[in-house]
Amino acid sequence: MSTLMSGARMLLECLAREGVDCMFGYPGGVTLPFYDSLYDHHIRHVLVRHEENAAFAAEGYARSTGKVGVCCATSGPGATNLTTGLVDAMMDSIPIVALTGQVSTKLIGSDAFQEADTFGITRPCTKHNYLVKRLEDLPQAIHEAFYVASSGRPGPVLVDVPKDVFQAQGHYQPVSTIHLPGYKVFTEGHTGQIRRALQLIKKSERPLIYGGGGIVAAGAASELREFVERTGAPAVMTLMGLGGLPSNHGNFISMPGMHGSYAANMAMSHADLLIALGVRFDDRVTGRLAAFAPHAKVIHVDIDPAEIGKNRAADVPIVGDVKHVLGRLNRGLEEAKAEPEQSLAAARRAWWEQIRQWKLEHPLQPVTSDSEIKPQHLMAEIDRLSNGQAIVAADVGQHQMWAAQLIRFNEPRLWLNSGGLGSMGFGLPAALGAQFARPDKLVFAIVGDGGFQMSIPELATIASYGLPIKIVVMNNGYLGMVRQWQELFYNNRLSSVTLDCFPDAEKLAAAYGFKGKTIEKPWELAPALKQAVSEPGPYLLNVKVSPLECVYPMVPAGGAINEMVLGPPEPVAEPVKP
Amino acid sequence: MLQVISLLLENKPGALMRVTGLLSQRGYNIESLTVARTLDPELSRMTIAVEVDSTLRQQVIKQMNKLINVLQATDMTDSPSVFREMLLVRVRTPQESRAAVLKEAEIFGGRVVDSSTEGFAIEVTGDPEKLNEFVDVMRSYGEIDVTRSGVLAIGLEPKKLRLQPPVPTKAGVLVTEPKD
Ligand SMILES: Cc1ncc(C[n+]2csc(CCOP(=O)(O)OP(=O)(O)O)c2C)c(N)n1
Ligand SMILES: [Mg+2]
Repeated sequence: MSTLMSGARMLLECLAREGVDCMFGYPGGVTLPFYDSLYDHHIRHVLVRHEENAAFAAEGYARSTGKVGVCCATSGPGATNLTTGLVDAMMDSIPIVALTGQVSTKLIGSDAFQEADTFGITRPCTKHNYLVKRLEDLPQAIHEAFYVASSGRPGPVLVDVPKDVFQAQGHYQPVSTIHLPGYKVFTEGHTGQIRRALQLIKKSERPLIYGGGGIVAAGAASELREFVERTGAPAVMTLMGLGGLPSNHGNFISMPGMHGSYAANMAMSHADLLIALGVRFDDRVTGRLAAFAPHAKVIHVDIDPAEIGKNRAADVPIVGDVKHVLGRLNRGLEEAKAEPEQSLAAARRAWWEQIRQWKLEHPLQPVTSDSEIKPQHLMAEIDRLSNGQAIVAADVGQHQMWAAQLIRFNEPRLWLNSGGLGSMGFGLPAALGAQFARPDKLVFAIVGDGGFQMSIPELATIASYGLPIKIVVMNNGYLGMVRQWQELFYNNRLSSVTLDCFPDAEKLAAAYGFKGKTIEKPWELAPALKQAVSEPGPYLLNVKVSPLECVYPMVPAGGAINEMVLGPPEPVAEPVKP
Repeated sequence: MLQVISLLLENKPGALMRVTGLLSQRGYNIESLTVARTLDPELSRMTIAVEVDSTLRQQVIKQMNKLINVLQATDMTDSPSVFREMLLVRVRTPQESRAAVLKEAEIFGGRVVDSSTEGFAIEVTGDPEKLNEFVDVMRSYGEIDVTRSGVLAIGLEPKKLRLQPPVPTKAGVLVTEPKD
């Protein structure tokens, strides 16, 4: 079978066959032929208001579903605008495919209008990328892109297509196989290592499960749950792994790391066995590496062999798909079945007792006040409304950390945040992408007054598509996270962190044709959130919170994670005026 | 000691950049790099000499192995292997030392590829460190100009090549009939 069609049409054909139903993009000169073909195609194209947000929206789509997200941009500035989103997806292992237009093949290298070396620029921003110079190579490249993006350790793949390739006519032949001899995907896990892991688990007195984004990426939540229950071990889940084990699960302690809970970090520091599942021992989790989990043997399961031993040596390295490996570990545990010996059972009980003690000593508790809205109070109220069910897309900063600490996620793919790159501006477009992917879900975008203004043009996209996203601005009047560091480590010399102009939320929302409101009193909070949620369309809730609150616990940069600062130094210094 | 990474990679545009990018991104300087087609014209063999301490080198090699275009990246530093490099030198030499220069070239297994009243052009291959010595010796005879190929390496033990088999695409299902 072969049909004569244009390159643009052929590209759409490939996308459709990959199951793409929706993509996020922004047109331009060299993508005109592609957009012309899109005009009467069933794939939905969402016109965002900035290409960076097309990439973030594609991530939101991918993060909330596990499917490949697709974004599209024109050559030159369109492509360069995508790069932050590509790196973001790279850092968090999110499967997206980016399509960019390029100047015609004959013009490449001539400094043509809107020419940029997209292939070169995005090489380090992607898992793999393509420059397709011949129409006959296009279908192969597109199918490879989807395969590479979604298999192994997922990530972004970019395909750069010159204008004349879009325009050329050719016979479409469906590509039935992909052959990438150098692309190694490890799934199985080494049988001997799995056996050794089981032995370590059996002997451990103070085991701790340390799960991360890999659990979510692998779709291994049910295997993890079974593993947790079979071992009876406590579990911490990283910022990227939240929801990988339900937050309301009895064995879930909370998030470890720089702003992790006291109990999670103490457990890390005292465990005799870390069962690291789909994690990469990120510096924001480990603190000072030399002092990290000093008593623990490490079982490290990851699909990416380069992660194993990168930051922390593994006693039992297992390269494989964590879903598959957990399945095998579960079968191993089932077969062994043996109850732990008396002395070990006592040690395990003592370990749990100790963890409960730590939890009680310094719980992650929502602080409230009678006169002002505490940021933690805001997150606790959102948590109450969500009840572990809503999608929450966060931006980057203090609000992100409080949201991670205080909002429960009882399923994977509900918590969307820019973990590895920490890209401000992520929250709003990610929420947008997620709402398209899961129209029936309640979606919150929790953003700071800083980051919100980085992606504020997407209010137009949200309004024009009538997306019922609940935008909650945690407005502290500052670039709060930077202010916190200046307060704690730079003598409170607040340099360029004051956000003294913020638009009137009600008027701003009205300008886009939806509703909004500003609140600042604690008693307004619950009713305002309730109103926002019951509103059928989008809603912008600007919540003025106490401006000088800091996120605690905090592990100072370079510190060991058991040396947390648990609260503000007394008395709090006045900001120093220059 | 010479640290050498040997790679088998697809002969495709950009493949070289992906490999070198992993080194430049980390601020490592490449001492030498050679690349050419293999018996299979779709593949290239690349040999990189680079100074990186051992654990970081292992990490970089793992990252190289992850590249889609790279079939295999191997650390040759501590494995049984032969290193060779080729050097071309032009030496300007006065009449009276011509014989001595020829003698030295012979000792190093060199071959004269051009001879003129000014001096010689000599080709030598050998272990890179040996070539350094040769350069020192030649310099003692007069003004020299040197160009080197960079080190080549071959392992003395066969290495198992683990390749990914072909996988089916999703293109089998026709979703839309083209309208035009
Ligand atoms: C694109 C980008 N620029 C700068 C930063 C550095 N940064 C991290 S958090 C932060 C402050 C964010 O302020 P805001 O959005 O108001 O959130 P808050 O911390 O106040 O909750 C900044 C500037 C960043 N992460 N991303
Ligand atoms: Mg702020």
